[in-house]
Amino acid sequence: MVAVQETVERVKRIDVDQYRYGFETLIDSEKAPKGLSEAIVKFISQKKNEPAWMLQWRLEAYRRWLTMTEPTWARVDYPKIDFQDLYYYAAPKPKKSVSSLDEIDPEILKTYEKLGIPLREVAMLEGVEPKVGEEDPARRKIAVDAVFDSVSVATTFKAELKKAGVIFMPISEAIREHPELVQKYLGSVVPTSDNFHATLNSAVFSDGSFVYVPPGVRCPMELSTYFRINERNTGQFERTLIIADKGSYVSYLEGCTAPQRDENQLHAAVVELVALDDAEIKYSTVQNWYPGNSEGKGGIYNFVTKRGDCRGNNSKISWTQVETGSAITWKYPSCILRGDNSRGEFYSIAISNGFQQVDSGTKMIHLGKNTSSRIISKGIAAGKSQNTYRGLVTAHRKALGARNFTACDSLLIGDKCGAHTVPYIEAKNSSATFEHEATTSKISEDVLFYCIQRGLSEEEAVGLVVNGFVKQVLQKLPMEFAVEAQKLISTSLDGSVG
Amino acid sequence: MALLEIRDLHVGVEDREVIRGLDLNVNLGEVHAIMGPNGSGKSTLSHVIAGKPGYEITGGQILFRGENLLRTEPNERAAKGVFLAFQYPVEIPGVTTMNFLRAALNAQRKARDQQEFSTPEFLKRIREVAGSLNIPQDMLKRGVNVGFSGGEKKRNEILQMALFEPGLCILDEIDSGLDIDALRIVASGINTLRSPERAMIVITHYRRLLDHIMPDVVHVMSKGRIMKSAGKELALELEASGYAQFEDAA
Ligand SMILES: Nc1ncnc2c1ncn2[C@@H]1O[C@H](COP(=O)(O)OP(=O)(O)OP(=O)(O)O)[C@@H](O)[C@H]1O
Ligand SMILES: [Mg+2]
Repeated sequence: MVAVQETVERVKRIDVDQYRYGFETLIDSEKAPKGLSEAIVKFISQKKNEPAWMLQWRLEAYRRWLTMTEPTWARVDYPKIDFQDLYYYAAPKPKKSVSSLDEIDPEILKTYEKLGIPLREVAMLEGVEPKVGEEDPARRKIAVDAVFDSVSVATTFKAELKKAGVIFMPISEAIREHPELVQKYLGSVVPTSDNFHATLNSAVFSDGSFVYVPPGVRCPMELSTYFRINERNTGQFERTLIIADKGSYVSYLEGCTAPQRDENQLHAAVVELVALDDAEIKYSTVQNWYPGNSEGKGGIYNFVTKRGDCRGNNSKISWTQVETGSAITWKYPSCILRGDNSRGEFYSIAISNGFQQVDSGTKMIHLGKNTSSRIISKGIAAGKSQNTYRGLVTAHRKALGARNFTACDSLLIGDKCGAHTVPYIEAKNSSATFEHEATTSKISEDVLFYCIQRGLSEEEAVGLVVNGFVKQVLQKLPMEFAVEAQKLISTSLDGSVG
Repeated sequence: MALLEIRDLHVGVEDREVIRGLDLNVNLGEVHAIMGPNGSGKSTLSHVIAGKPGYEITGGQILFRGENLLRTEPNERAAKGVFLAFQYPVEIPGVTTMNFLRAALNAQRKARDQQEFSTPEFLKRIREVAGSLNIPQDMLKRGVNVGFSGGEKKRNEILQMALFEPGLCILDEIDSGLDIDALRIVASGINTLRSPERAMIVITHYRRLLDHIMPDVVHVMSKGRIMKSAGKELALELEASGYAQFEDAA
């Protein structure tokens, strides 16, 4: 594997306690006081100059949330979160409006540079058009909507996207500029009453991305958001809404890293996707938040609600995720296959090491005729971690000819970790065909020794075997992401052997 | 000086002594065959030389080019030129043979402070080696040993040996499961690598392979010891009379 060498060097360099991305950016921020109340919800809404309907929506969610209790069915264990002891709003101190890079706080830019992520597209980000003939055709364009703490500070490629008619902007802006679209679709996939975490998000969401691709348009570039949690004790409540209108296509990339800290950080994002007739949405995530130190202290709590609605006939939604970070992951990107002949896919790599706890999977809800879904899940557990795949596949009685294929493989490294598979399958009509395969294996001593006898170190051997194990899913990621992800996978298994 | 020198080696597995005072000297340029009944400790010996974990070395020493091999990490042993063709090669799904070999070769080169091979250099090298062993290119694109037939797996071991150019080649039953043609190809691969710069230990149950590669010395191993060492004729003798006489002696 080409990247293996490099990967292993990183593994050696990086130690769990010296989390590479564990630095903090020193920028003043404007915070709301700790705690949650109607006043705070109003404060957030006001900060964002939201219209009255939005505030109303938030308040309803907040009141609803007060009546709900935290779910406990997932196989994760963490100290009780004191929701009154968190900040719900923090923004980098606003400079005027940010339309070009010069106006962005250099500290913020430096942070991105350290992350080594979006600035690979610096020239493009800076709006420097490559000269004719100089552009590397292999390098697809990526538009970056950078979410820094809670406020989007840079949105690029607007012009080119505008030409195609694609709307890609912070959701806070979309609320003001495209209220008809937001009102029509926000909460239409994940209603405000959906679940404890999603309801909380609905009340206090700070920012996130909004994408609308008009009928028949193939989005000319991959859209990308890099999230970053930067404020001490700031809960992150991202809200993303992507709408692919009839016959359109869009590929969206999401990735994030977070600084090291002692306190646990709560993250409760909501992502809603809507695909109308013949539309396709591909949503890829590489998640690498601080997982906690070698004693299991600190780390992000990640409670995410991601759901796609294949609302139109022949529509398609595909989720691909590489989950390596967070102390706790609670995440089930799902598809509602409403339109006839619609198709849902879930490709997942979930890695847990140290004391991480992952409870992740998907739901494929077949409602339309001849709908199909495919689930490929690769779970890797190392250290003292627990890794659970939880999947639901259902066919409604009208979902004639529904088909699902699920393959769920777990790999264990060492003997102090656990992998669990919890599939729920229910077909309410007899024409549905559901196939489910599951395997659990250990990295065998014989395989490791074979690699080591050929000259590879133990870490290199593990990296190689694991990358082989997840290959089928890695291949589903856009190219640039796949390379990053491959490195990340070995990095996150640091210290898992020996 | 011997390339490999084993003195009074004792090895335990799961509280049982499997190698019980074994001596072996292998000089550069020599090919040694080791024969012996099932369970006599042949694979154990090869694993211990290569550094596989799980064995307890309770006595004796192994010197490789005069250096204490038992204190060297197994991947460093590989870089120093110890190669083991496994009796049972493992499968590594999702990792193509090509990528595996490249990662391994470059790891070895790096450990030796040699420049790593670039992709074109590596491709050129692997094509030459695979061609000389009649290994089709598409086999290299498949996962390591995944879905390979028994014979293909063994040929893949020889491919690696030819690629790495090790100083000491230990071949553990490289001939088992080979058809007549494959046996000839593997044997000729071995013969090509025979050199004054290198030595080989060939573990086998059959004279057939030895007819092709003509070892300098044949050892009979039984119950964890070398019971007899002689020229090639010993293989013929064993074929005629079996191991019974040596087992009694042990
Ligand atoms: N991991 C192990 N656990 C328990 N016993 C073992 C283990 N490895 C080897 N042994 C035992 O050690 C003895 C020697 O085994 P070894 O595989 O070295 O024999 P061999 O000479 O290679 O046999 P064969 O000709 O069948 O390949 C056998 O009795 C075997 O059962
Ligand atoms: Mg054996």
